[in-house]
Amino acid sequence: MIKILDPGLYSSIQDLGRLNYEHFGVPISGCMDLQSSSLANKLLNNPKESALIESTQIGPKILFKISTIISITGANMTPSINNKLILMNKAINIKKGDILSFNNSKNGLRCYIAINGGIKSDLILGSRSCFKGISQNIKLKKGDVLKINSLKKRLNSSSKMNISYIYDNKKIISVFKGPEFVYLSEKQKHFFYHQKFTISNENNRMAYKLKEKLKNELNSIITSPVLPGTIQLTPGGEIIILMRDCQVTGGYPRIFQLNKSSINLISQKKTNDLIKFKFI
Amino acid sequence: MKEKDINLSFLLYNENSILIGWTKIINESTLKEILIYKNKLSKIKSIQNTINAYNSLLIKYKSEIKSFNEEVKNLKGLYKEKVKTQEIKMSKHWKIPVCYGKKYAPDIYLVSKKLKLSSSEIIKLHSSKKYTLYFIGFLPGFIYLGQLDSKLRIPRKQNPSKIYMAGSIGIADYQTGIYPNDSPGGWNIIGNSPLTYFDPFNKAPCFANSGDTIEFYSINEKEYNQTKHLSNNNLNFIKELND
Repeated sequence: MIKILDPGLYSSIQDLGRLNYEHFGVPISGCMDLQSSSLANKLLNNPKESALIESTQIGPKILFKISTIISITGANMTPSINNKLILMNKAINIKKGDILSFNNSKNGLRCYIAINGGIKSDLILGSRSCFKGISQNIKLKKGDVLKINSLKKRLNSSSKMNISYIYDNKKIISVFKGPEFVYLSEKQKHFFYHQKFTISNENNRMAYKLKEKLKNELNSIITSPVLPGTIQLTPGGEIIILMRDCQVTGGYPRIFQLNKSSINLISQKKTNDLIKFKFI
Repeated sequence: MKEKDINLSFLLYNENSILIGWTKIINESTLKEILIYKNKLSKIKSIQNTINAYNSLLIKYKSEIKSFNEEVKNLKGLYKEKVKTQEIKMSKHWKIPVCYGKKYAPDIYLVSKKLKLSSSEIIKLHSSKKYTLYFIGFLPGFIYLGQLDSKLRIPRKQNPSKIYMAGSIGIADYQTGIYPNDSPGGWNIIGNSPLTYFDPFNKAPCFANSGDTIEFYSINEKEYNQTKHLSNNNLNFIKELND
């Protein structure tokens, strides 16, 4: 097991999410940056649905009460073991008593800490992902003790894995045209084609709001399904990118939909980062 | 034989999903069509999940769609297939106890003033109708019920409230619903139900499904407290009450 000595800014347990319960109004949740989290699990030969820790901006401080193997991917928060810097994107040996710590992120926003075997927290509606009203805890706090699944086959940490993973801080976000894109005027479409957009400080696991607004007279839509990655345009002109914890239906026009890799890219964006849309 | 015209729209929503749209009107016959189709789709192994709202259905596939046009052809074909009567899912009818007393209805004065109705008229209009459960959305277990009597139509609040008590009964536009947990919200609250409507520890976490029907009945404060005590946060209680 592991003990959380300090949760960092905002850390939670996440996995692939709840894929079969949206019709009960249950959001998918799960890791924001699925590319980074998948890599973290792959490096350890963990089953792909293994739960891990997602950390935002400032990473946690963790005491390992077992010897194990871990991997850290995503944003670079200068991870250290017993105050010695360790490599990211690699399987790392941990000895019982080791303390893993982080600093403020240098680029990107979220990092992933995978542990050999995966975190063994409560499985609710098929997932261990934290979500208010579903899981017991919304986020990790100081003093939390987490159990780890034991794996029969131990990974040899010196096993080679070719990772040509370069941290991706692309600004270009690929989008599908949403169901209500057709109602935009030519001038409004032009705005989306050419404008550079700024991430506002209103960003979290539920949604990212952009600073720029677009005045519009679009009608509200009859409540319809939405997905993480759906971009809504509100009557007030706000542009909202729905993310993993978003509600399953919405009444605002859906003008775009991020493709899968774009959701991962947005997950690493911070306040004041710039993005530009590219149409699929 | 003349081919039945399919009056549906198909859109590639993302790499794994297709959104199907029916005509933009909210009514029970459209919902019925959607639910029959949803039931047909539930047998297809390549589909992860389907989510319906008032007049649309989002189909999520387990893998990326190779050819959108091919898949639309398949979906249209499936839509035209005749349905065996045995395959039509039976819907359930639920009776839900509500205490409409002032203590549980923070917005009753607001509603009464705006609609120029007395609170007893509001209660009568709300509790004398059989509602259709269109879908569950917004929050885990939040059921969208329609349609309210035209005399009860009031828009959402301009400024949403920070917190509504679990069990709050809200009305907005042509809809009514129950807030299953303490949460923020924008509908107008006219009562409270003492039962549990959502339990994440239950494999079927919501008590009801799309297509079910619901009616509300009035209880007094004493009955409210008794029922709350008996129900004891158990999702199964409402099922027992309705058996």
